[in-house]
Amino acid sequence: MNKLLSPDKSTVLFLGNEAIARGALEAGLAVATGYPGTPSSEVIESLAGVAARRNLYVEWSVNEKVALEVAAAASFSGLRAMAVMKQNGVNVASDFLLHLIASGTRGGLVLVSCEDPGALSSVNEGESRYFARMLEMPLLEPADFQEAKDLTKWAFELSEEIRNVVMLRSVTRMSHASGNVVCAKLPTKSRRAKFEYDGPVMDSQTGPMISTPVVAKHRLHQEKLKTVEALFEKSPFNRYSGPAKPKLLVVTSSVCFLYVREALSMLELERDVGILKLATTWPLPPRLLERNLKRAEKILVVEEVLPFLEENVKVLASAMAGRIGVKTFFGKYDGTLPAAGELNPDIVARAIGGIMKVKPKTPPASYLAEVKKAAALIPAREQTFCAGCPHRASFWNIRRAIALDGREGFVCGDIGCYSMAALSPATGYNTMPTLHSMGSGTGLAGGFAKLSAFGLGKPVMAVCGDSTFYHAVIPALINAQHNRADITFIVLDNAGTAMTGFQPHPGLPVSALKETVPAVDIACVCRGIGAKVAVADPFDIDGTSKILTDYLAEKGSVKVLILRQACALSPEKKGKKTFDVRVNEELCLGDACGCNRLCTRVFRCPALTWDSARKKAVVDEVICAGCGVCVSICPQNAIVKAQGNM
Amino acid sequence: MKKRKPAKILNLILTGVGGQGNVMASRVLAGMLVDAGYVVTIGETFGMSQRGGSVMSHLRVSPDEVKSPQIPAWGADVIVALEPLEALRVLGVYGNPDVCVLSNTRPVYPIGVITGELGYPSREIIMEKFSLLAASAWMIDATDAGVRLGNPVLSNIVMIGALAETGLVPFNRGMFAKEIKKTLPPDKIFINMKAFDEGRAMIRQGPVALKNL
Repeated sequence: MNKLLSPDKSTVLFLGNEAIARGALEAGLAVATGYPGTPSSEVIESLAGVAARRNLYVEWSVNEKVALEVAAAASFSGLRAMAVMKQNGVNVASDFLLHLIASGTRGGLVLVSCEDPGALSSVNEGESRYFARMLEMPLLEPADFQEAKDLTKWAFELSEEIRNVVMLRSVTRMSHASGNVVCAKLPTKSRRAKFEYDGPVMDSQTGPMISTPVVAKHRLHQEKLKTVEALFEKSPFNRYSGPAKPKLLVVTSSVCFLYVREALSMLELERDVGILKLATTWPLPPRLLERNLKRAEKILVVEEVLPFLEENVKVLASAMAGRIGVKTFFGKYDGTLPAAGELNPDIVARAIGGIMKVKPKTPPASYLAEVKKAAALIPAREQTFCAGCPHRASFWNIRRAIALDGREGFVCGDIGCYSMAALSPATGYNTMPTLHSMGSGTGLAGGFAKLSAFGLGKPVMAVCGDSTFYHAVIPALINAQHNRADITFIVLDNAGTAMTGFQPHPGLPVSALKETVPAVDIACVCRGIGAKVAVADPFDIDGTSKILTDYLAEKGSVKVLILRQACALSPEKKGKKTFDVRVNEELCLGDACGCNRLCTRVFRCPALTWDSARKKAVVDEVICAGCGVCVSICPQNAIVKAQGNM
Repeated sequence: MKKRKPAKILNLILTGVGGQGNVMASRVLAGMLVDAGYVVTIGETFGMSQRGGSVMSHLRVSPDEVKSPQIPAWGADVIVALEPLEALRVLGVYGNPDVCVLSNTRPVYPIGVITGELGYPSREIIMEKFSLLAASAWMIDATDAGVRLGNPVLSNIVMIGALAETGLVPFNRGMFAKEIKKTLPPDKIFINMKAFDEGRAMIRQGPVALKNL
């Protein structure tokens, strides 16, 4: 049995994201959409796995804005729907979101944002909680796994109560952590879709779904927020724990609640410090805050990343200052807690310990001295392209072409595993001086290409992954073609959304529900806008380098090279070796070769190591994926391959 | 087999390098412990963080309460390492004089070592550091056992079998068999049970076992 369908009252170990998915199922979800992004992807993946059994429609949408639009259509037709994304996905969806909140919704609609404090798997530390305030949208933040399920379920009810979208925010340490969850009943009835639009314009349940008349609808929405506030005042998800009159009150939300509880236990301050854990973080319920802020003179707000809660608590506290008295606030503004990066129990313990003048316990000094000595011996372990990764071969080709061209060409980067080419340890040949949001590499390249009139004569390239191509590159590519920007645009097509776990995308003939669907061919799209297109295998070093060298020499507009080779971790490749690769020790000259250890110093495949005793390159057969690319790079032809197990 | 029943919280860190099966091992362990009635919290990161980098799963086994998914500094009771350098790295942050370490012997060299910019400590030095920083330590050739069984990634199950035999965490062979039946396809059960038994045997025979210090 799929554990997402566990029976009523059973205790199951759920990933935070699975708990969110289960909560949605218990609420009677009909439609779920999303775009893959760490740490959000498992919500949609797990729902797709039970779609047939629960009669759901689940899709991987082309991007987050479209995901929210598809989910909203279900809501407009009276069904319960959910759109799921990572933090920066909310930015992508935000234009539609602004107008959606103005029009209102019908069936419960929940926007789930899974965020990444500390940027563990992101190139930003974005905060989408401010969207809740800016766009006036109720915000819920679960503090443990049970709450992740229960709050999600309640979010649908709340959405139907106010007939508008509700946002649920999780973080990596919740979404990708796991814990015990007690399941409740799954509903047995399902709703029929029905879309009405002939009623009065101000009636969001029968009239047209539009944001106009704008000011009148805005006022109506703000009245609904009063209902939200009243419901939040009574919410059992907001809880105070601790002494009636604590020496310090900690106000917190999300996984930070677990850090605070841990910190108090580390410092043995449970009887001195109280915790107000808030699950409903916008709009804040003022009476609940007033009752609790009265408890203590010192207040610490613990949250990730920006001081969103701190600001909102302070605004309320200033309005009720006459009734709650003078307070001293600690948090991000005064530097008690860091204003960037994720928190953990130790950081929180130091902050609370600092205020309460208590030091966290540490091992004896003699132990710490040994730790220090050992630490000096531990080499860093940087992220890198996996053994057999097509990106290593692609960037090797790009670097060769740039070197042969001789005009210091450069590559505008994009979002995917290939972003690692911007980090020098990943490869010895980083060529990627820009890295921003999805699709931005192509937009930037188009911009750089127009600067030749101002003296920037370097050839400009851009890379993107196959999923990224559909998500946000197409407008930038059309822009470059239409405005005659001379760029070499390279699609690193590894046959799936590899970084987040091989979710399908519009280029593949399979959907999230494993149905056969039409594949939208990247080459056809590029030819359709009038660009020149070639397709190659990045493992074919000579063939690929020749195309790239020709492209760089060619004046004109957009030249597209699609480099096709599946990810080494993809299900069809994992565990299979195309080639058995080894080093012929008689041919490897080691340090005596003029290559200066090109294979291990520059190519940097984790499977190609250096035996420092024998001064020869060695293939680690346990790590080697058998791609055979290294065979092409050794000037001595000392790396040899034989047919593998594929 | 002696068993340590956590009357209070047991903090276990499973560490290794991306791709070694860390996440699968932590799920299997946690699944058994949830069935045994414990409240288990696992903290881990995956996604791009696993591409060749160090990975860690924090398992917190509590009789009654959800815990922070991040174990506090110096707070590990048990460290299970699929790669020896990573055991040392984790000891440097979560170690304490009472911690027990179970480590694979086989190195996965970091890129900085491959390029020649950084050095990798010898097995003897790693063992010496374990003896200085842990109350007990075991080192076993789990990857070699995995290779013998046909797939090096089975090393994670070899380590779980070894962990069962140490008695540091309250689970046994029967619980493991029950757990993998829930999550693995039937044709994978036999080889995983073999890997588990291989790990148990390695601790019993103590071929490379450091010692109970």
